[in-house]
Amino acid sequence: MTFNMKISAAAIALAVGVSGTLLAEQAKAQDAGQYVPGTVYRSGPYAPGGIPWANGYADYFKLLNERDGGIGGVPIIYEECDTAYSNDKGVECYEKMKNQGPTGASVFQPLSTGITYALIDRVKADEIPMITSGLGRADASDGTVFPWVFTLPVTYWAGADAIVQYIDQQEEGSLDGKTIALVYHDSAYGKEPINTLEYLAEKHGFKLELFPVAHPGLEQKATWLKIGRQIRPDWTIMWGWGVMNSTAIKEAAAVGYPMDRFIGNWWAGSEVDVKAAGGVSKGYLSAQFHGAGEDFKVLDDVKKHLVEKDLNAGPDEEVGDILYNRGLISAVFTAEGIAKAQEKYGQKPLTGEQIRWGIENINLDEARLEELGLTGLLDPVKLSCADHEGGGSVIIQQWDGENWKPVSDWISPARDEYLRDMYEKSAADYAAEKGIEPRDCSKES
Amino acid sequence: MSFLNAFFVDPFVQIADYPLFFIEVVIGGLLSGVMYSLVALGFVLIFKASGVFNFAQGAMVLFAALSFAGFIEMGVHPIFAFILAGIVMAGVAIAIERVVLRSLVNQPAIILFMATIGITYFLDGFGQTLWGSDVKVLDLGIPQTPIDVGGIFINQFDLFAAAVAGGLVLVLAIFFQKTRIGRALRAVADDHQAALSVGIPLKTIWAIVWTVAGLVGLVAGAMWGAKLGVQFSLALVALKALPVLILGGFTSIPGAIVGGLIIGVGEKVAEVFWGGAFGGAIEDWFAYMLALVFLLFRPQGLFGEKIIERV
Amino acid sequence: MLYREAGQFKTSYAKDWAIFPIAQDRIVVLGFLAIAFIAIPVLSSEYFLATILMPFLVMSMAAIGLNLLTGYAGQLSLGTGGFMATGAFAAYKLSTMFPGMPIEAVFLLSGVVAAFVGILFGIPSLRIKGFYLAVATLAAQFFLLWLFNKVGWFTNYSTSGVISAPPRTILFTDIYVTGPEASVTAKYLFALTLVAILALAAKNLVRSSIGRRWMAIRDMDIAAEIIGIKPLQTKLSAFAISSFYCGVAGAMWAFLYTGSVEPLAFDINRSFQVLFMIIIGGLGSILGSFLGAGFIIALPILLTNAPHLLGLNIPVDVISHVEYMIFGALIIFFLIVEPHGLARLWQILKEKLRLWPFPH
Repeated sequence: MTFNMKISAAAIALAVGVSGTLLAEQAKAQDAGQYVPGTVYRSGPYAPGGIPWANGYADYFKLLNERDGGIGGVPIIYEECDTAYSNDKGVECYEKMKNQGPTGASVFQPLSTGITYALIDRVKADEIPMITSGLGRADASDGTVFPWVFTLPVTYWAGADAIVQYIDQQEEGSLDGKTIALVYHDSAYGKEPINTLEYLAEKHGFKLELFPVAHPGLEQKATWLKIGRQIRPDWTIMWGWGVMNSTAIKEAAAVGYPMDRFIGNWWAGSEVDVKAAGGVSKGYLSAQFHGAGEDFKVLDDVKKHLVEKDLNAGPDEEVGDILYNRGLISAVFTAEGIAKAQEKYGQKPLTGEQIRWGIENINLDEARLEELGLTGLLDPVKLSCADHEGGGSVIIQQWDGENWKPVSDWISPARDEYLRDMYEKSAADYAAEKGIEPRDCSKES
Repeated sequence: MSFLNAFFVDPFVQIADYPLFFIEVVIGGLLSGVMYSLVALGFVLIFKASGVFNFAQGAMVLFAALSFAGFIEMGVHPIFAFILAGIVMAGVAIAIERVVLRSLVNQPAIILFMATIGITYFLDGFGQTLWGSDVKVLDLGIPQTPIDVGGIFINQFDLFAAAVAGGLVLVLAIFFQKTRIGRALRAVADDHQAALSVGIPLKTIWAIVWTVAGLVGLVAGAMWGAKLGVQFSLALVALKALPVLILGGFTSIPGAIVGGLIIGVGEKVAEVFWGGAFGGAIEDWFAYMLALVFLLFRPQGLFGEKIIERV
Repeated sequence: MLYREAGQFKTSYAKDWAIFPIAQDRIVVLGFLAIAFIAIPVLSSEYFLATILMPFLVMSMAAIGLNLLTGYAGQLSLGTGGFMATGAFAAYKLSTMFPGMPIEAVFLLSGVVAAFVGILFGIPSLRIKGFYLAVATLAAQFFLLWLFNKVGWFTNYSTSGVISAPPRTILFTDIYVTGPEASVTAKYLFALTLVAILALAAKNLVRSSIGRRWMAIRDMDIAAEIIGIKPLQTKLSAFAISSFYCGVAGAMWAFLYTGSVEPLAFDINRSFQVLFMIIIGGLGSILGSFLGAGFIIALPILLTNAPHLLGLNIPVDVISHVEYMIFGALIIFFLIVEPHGLARLWQILKEKLRLWPFPH
């Protein structure tokens, strides 16, 4: 008894003691360079999707260091923290990393809509920009209310609009009387496209049917019986993530729903999903904001500088996968923001506030994309003080059993027509609730 | 008013209008229920024999499936991979008995329950450390496409799973009723003290029960893994098995099967026909509510042993 | 020698009824309060306050709540997350519907709302017992989360279903404790005050007649019923008061800790986490709730950061997986060496101190 007690007491003492010293250590500054935090998830229920993204994100910074010696001669210090897709762990990672490096964290990319919400107030207080590429809250595109949050290149609302545009093209411009079903992850993430689709349903006269799927989405038989055997919608859109995607594809096949009328958003359209579902997923469509495959110049560089020297973070065959490419694209946004900020503030480690200026002035036009080796992988994006989305485009791709093949041109979401108004209205509501004074963009350089 | 309509009128109108669809939903529910039963069986085995509410059953399903898929990935023939995974599960069972159960003999049930949650964490981490956390495709060559029976679509995979579950129950029944070890197991389940006093080695029996539960977990893991791909989320199927368990009773193998069927049909019918009235995604809590309603009438579950309390 | 009650005479009823009748206990508690209120805000870093102490306080509150129900009244519940979510959403609705309501009242009223919900879901406990009850409380867990996710009214029809704390100040001052302007220190002190007051209240409650009735029901409910304790009132009061604490904890989580929250934050893992805390800490002990919360909050953070600290360069996924393994193994280890929880260690320590330095 006493022996046991001593062990337990010693374990507690050790735990308390180490956590104390740990915190002191954390504050220690690292070598000179630009500190980039990676809040990724390589464990937990969503790890299969999180890992390739994290590898792509990490590899791009490693590529910059290997090939160019960093950005403008300033090496990138990249460090990861595992959030396991949980909000409180995400907050812990954020608090731990925000003051690291000589100038603090440059940019956070939380890769989780839930963590994005938890960080919105914090990044504002700490003056660190946060990029939510293809995730997070859509109305953060309004830079006057959300100065520290960026949604480039597309938001969920813009994605939903682009998908409906594609369906409209396929139906030759008449959606009147058609039925479109939305199968969504029943969380903050999955609910984002609903109001856009409701607006479009009214405008085009199609009927929208909603099918929430409870987290984590292991069991969808009821949903798919209803879709496949009763309602039989003309098109089905999916806003899913993790095991929900492959389950949905399998259940859709089980009720005989045609795959070429089933469109996932960009988180429901990676190799992980279709491969786990097996052969039945052939013909499945998904909307992306970047290209798939490895025929891009930047990926040639990755192979030359990382894969051949065995420096890449993940398995070699992963390079060119959808989620790997997305991680890499997301890293490009961070790096481009830093590069732009260096033009104004000089080639040295920069603070979050300076990098925010850089991101706001990102202009990835055709020439710049060519220079970075991104032609074909990404459509041009240009940000401003008020517009934090930057006018990115969406492309629809189809799984042919082996690869993702584009089946549409780049589709530009109808931002001018109504999306921008929706962002601004929603952001204004948020500002009113939170008591935020929108900043005046005409006064900023 | 529209809610009352959606709750009391619409579903029945739909059922009356499309009886074939209703039958299809019921069949789908029955087949889903069998998949839940597969997981619930493992819980029942252990609770029956050792009185432990083994929360780690979900993690054991995941661990078994990961090992199975992992061995196949290494190039082992599926049948050998299955046997190897079975051996691994036996090893896990023996380790649990040696390290955890033996040290916690005579502790209150809640402590043992907590220990199994500890095992859950350990196995989740251990499985992923060994085999990685990416999705493993487990293709057992079971057809996934539906067959058409008189206008009703039935998924072949689900039929196959139901057959496997039926076979498993049969094997378990023979094992329990006809073999020497099986009889010893039943004796232990009835009364630990009495079993000990007639010379049944309790510790060996526990190791065997956990091994059997591990093998049931392996079968469940193989079926669920073939359905969803083997990944971390498989551990969460345990949550689908819990309502089955309380509905059927913790100690009854037929209870696990019947409970699974009731829960499966109940939640599917509720989701399809009544989901609209509530805005959808009601499956999860509906299963628990359904079980709760049954419990209010039979607090020990449908097939559970009657609770006799004495002061 | 150090911990000796000999020579301390109680000369009035008031002294005999004190929450901490022994002088040493009072000194230790006061000492801890002084450290918590004065030393920690001054000395500790923002990281420590925001990511270790805040969740520690919030989860201590939830652990006290569950300990009242499970440790004192003997009703096993896995619905803690649901009751915390009730508190969080009630706090959000109250503070946005009545912007003038003082934040202190918002917290307490959201606890009251959770208490009523707790009574509702406690009713089955009159018939169902043990693990059957535990699984039945999962009905509350799943139903409540679904409800907050589904019904737009709870989130003021926000498209995403995420609520975020509106900025509010403490009564009679202009110090923000919620919202983006609030400093971490202000949030911490506010949370600490709430926890300190409610923990003392709980300590007092469990030795009152209601607390003794809970324990009688826990130890054997039929026997308790025979000696005249009404199971209906007793069990439901346990559910109500337990849910009150969980509700306040949920409101603190949403308003003081993360600042914004979606129902998924209170999923079933949260319920398990709280159950862990009270079992590791010690069933039927208020102190144990704190010890358990501290252990369960600090351990994963420690395990995640330990390799970094030791200068090892291990990939984050391996750390996460190993963290799971160590966490599970440590729980089993603690259950084996001390099934009565950390609070029991403290008791043993007190016994030793009573004799020290002459142990025989």
